Amino acid sequence: MHPLLSGQPGEKRLLLGNEAIVRGALEGGVALATQYPGTPSSEIGDRLYQISRETDLYFEYATNEKVSLEVAAGAAVSGLRVLCAMKHVGVNVAADTLMTLAYSGVKGGLVLVSADDPSLFSSQNEQDNRYYAKLSGLPMLEPASAQEAKEMTTYALTLSEELSLPVILRTTTRLNHSRGVVVLGELKPRVRQGHFAKNPFRYVMVPAVARQAHGILLSQQAKAAEVAETCGLNTVQGNGPWGIVTSGVSAAYVTDAIADLGIGDRVTLLKLGFTHPLPTRLIQNFLTKVEKVLVVEELEPYLEEALRAIAAGLRQPPPIQGKGPGLFSRLFEYHPGLVRQVVASYFGVPYNPPAPLDPAALLGRPLPERPPNLCPGCSHRATYYAVKIALRDLGVEGIFPTDIGCYTLGLLPPLSMGDYLLCMGSSVSTAAGIATATRQKVIAFIGDSTFFHSGIPGLVDAVHNRHNFLLIILDNGTTAMTGHQPHPGVSPPPAGYGGQTIDIHRVVQALGVEQVKLVNPLQYRLTLAAIKEAVAAEGVRVIISRAPCILYMQRLGQKKRAKNFVVGPECRDCRHCLDYFGCPALQPPLEGEGPLVIDANLCNACGFCLQLCQKKAIRAKSASGA
Amino acid sequence: MTHDLQLRIYCTGVGGQGTLLATRLLGEAAMAAGYPVQVAETHGMAQRGGVVESTVVLGSLASPIISLGEADILLGFEILETFRSLNRCHTGSLVVTNTGVNVPYTVATGQSTYPPVAQMLELLQTHSGRLIALDANALAQQAGSALAVNMVLLGALISSGRVPFSVDTITEIIASRTPKAHLESNLRAFHLGREAAALS
Repeated sequence: MHPLLSGQPGEKRLLLGNEAIVRGALEGGVALATQYPGTPSSEIGDRLYQISRETDLYFEYATNEKVSLEVAAGAAVSGLRVLCAMKHVGVNVAADTLMTLAYSGVKGGLVLVSADDPSLFSSQNEQDNRYYAKLSGLPMLEPASAQEAKEMTTYALTLSEELSLPVILRTTTRLNHSRGVVVLGELKPRVRQGHFAKNPFRYVMVPAVARQAHGILLSQQAKAAEVAETCGLNTVQGNGPWGIVTSGVSAAYVTDAIADLGIGDRVTLLKLGFTHPLPTRLIQNFLTKVEKVLVVEELEPYLEEALRAIAAGLRQPPPIQGKGPGLFSRLFEYHPGLVRQVVASYFGVPYNPPAPLDPAALLGRPLPERPPNLCPGCSHRATYYAVKIALRDLGVEGIFPTDIGCYTLGLLPPLSMGDYLLCMGSSVSTAAGIATATRQKVIAFIGDSTFFHSGIPGLVDAVHNRHNFLLIILDNGTTAMTGHQPHPGVSPPPAGYGGQTIDIHRVVQALGVEQVKLVNPLQYRLTLAAIKEAVAAEGVRVIISRAPCILYMQRLGQKKRAKNFVVGPECRDCRHCLDYFGCPALQPPLEGEGPLVIDANLCNACGFCLQLCQKKAIRAKSASGA
Repeated sequence: MTHDLQLRIYCTGVGGQGTLLATRLLGEAAMAAGYPVQVAETHGMAQRGGVVESTVVLGSLASPIISLGEADILLGFEILETFRSLNRCHTGSLVVTNTGVNVPYTVATGQSTYPPVAQMLELLQTHSGRLIALDANALAQQAGSALAVNMVLLGALISSGRVPFSVDTITEIIASRTPKAHLESNLRAFHLGREAAALS
């Protein structure tokens, strides 16, 4: 049985924030869940997928976030309790749906989990999705711990039904990917069958209906504001003259700072868990009791601005500060030491911050960087190598719009195959723009999952408008970066996975692309020839470079780690493999000169380096007799 | 059950070394021993051969992460990464580190050079409260699994006496939370780590 399905009420578990959300959804009777994977939200879908294999809970990996939210909306309007999780930028993809779903409302509870990524651990921006609650008018909850994540998810399902509105559960990476002790509650039975009750003048958003629906949204919002005043998720602790307002994971840093500085008796702490609509009366009351206020919130001054607006209605409002010089930044996530220091300085508490050591200064020189890299044996590296050599041989400079996935790491040297990236799917359509604006040779890269997510419309546009670029679809059969989730083209599908596979090659042909070729990048000569031909041609050309993700195959148990390659004495240390290929398993000797070595613990035995070594110095161990 | 205790453990290593499993096991052991505990992990892009940092925070602390200069224990899975994270330590910190080297490709491609291991060890010794250094890669091999580096380091950490739970607590957690097929080599690696640390 899946661990999140077991356990008695009252039992304690050490759960990831994302697992706590799943448990909370199960305790709230969730019957249907959807997700397009994206860090830091991915584990929510992964656990729900596993659970769907053992229960009648329906889960699907959706093609993209818009599709995901629409499947969820259809189920919720039919009366089911549903959960839909995505990373912050996924909400941009789903935003069109979200804004009008707020008008049409829901029947069964719908929780939209937005997983924001302050500090951009694994994202292209650090937008603050709390503004989506304001923009859409929807209620928003913000947990500060794994325990709260579980409780708020359960509550959000009920609240959503009470208000007939989707509820946004806004989280951040630090919450999603931290484990905390969670006390389990009772699992609630699922209602798995719904019924769609026809009501077109409520659900079909033509202007006449939507005009009324907007009014309904505003009246529901007023009800939500009343709930926010009294629901118990917004709490006031202490009654000192120094006011601190916080929400989300910052609340943990504030709690520790108050204890560390020993100022519990001087502080009144307003901790907000229901952050849209805000509890205006509670905040007014708080503001009349304190002398000055510090707002501790990561990213944008969402609470700070709201507090200032509320304070403007008071006769003697206290000073309110949050962002600014000497205070907090709008950049990146916070940490305990930072919050402690700003709290101390704002309220004039004596505090000497620790002076951390500087390892590079102690060593007397900078430390080598260790950026993430494509894995040893990664088929993307083989494709990039072939493109690099093709362009070198043809004497052509390529411009490389790239996309989102493991292969984005091809940006770094020695591959250096990434020149422009905005968001999921942008490689294809920005390639069209660059090629139209310049006479440069444009070669775009997109992964298989990303192609299905949002690459197809760009390719349709390219064919229809007769654009001129080469698109290389890096097809490794899985959504590798986020943890090997299946996508519509999954190959091979994980055992028991029921989704029908859609072949990218046939999709591309069906879109009207006439110059399309399928290659296996681990067959170097054939791939090189195909790329050279495609680079030299004109019009829309597509190469599908297909070889399974080596980690995925290992995970499926279909590829054992083999470690039988060696570098022979023929190696003249020409460094071609390091300068053009850069497999982490191929290394120069740590000291002195001589042949390269293959790190047997890293090598995944793809065999590609045998094909590229010009001195034929790399071979299988058995063949060399070594 | 003691809640006065505050212990901040900072773990660092390279993607694929099993740092996340080690932090999770420490967290589970802390919970089993009755301590409030928070664990912070790194997922996503950084796991592809980059630096993976994680934390285990025990006792009366709400924050799951550790600021510069505030780690009581630094558990390093790779010597360069341990040294890089010396800025997390204070003068009383315990450093437990693997002396094994994992060459970053910035070094392999000649963009920079790997600092001498002996020099990094000397600086770690000078600037921390106590240093336990061992070749966890070799000990893991000796235990029968190159992947058991994390178990060696857990053994070394437990042997230091700085974490408030017993060998039995952590071995029970290892037994119940890791695959049966690897249990024997995992436990062997754990005990080799304990013995090596006791001698260091």
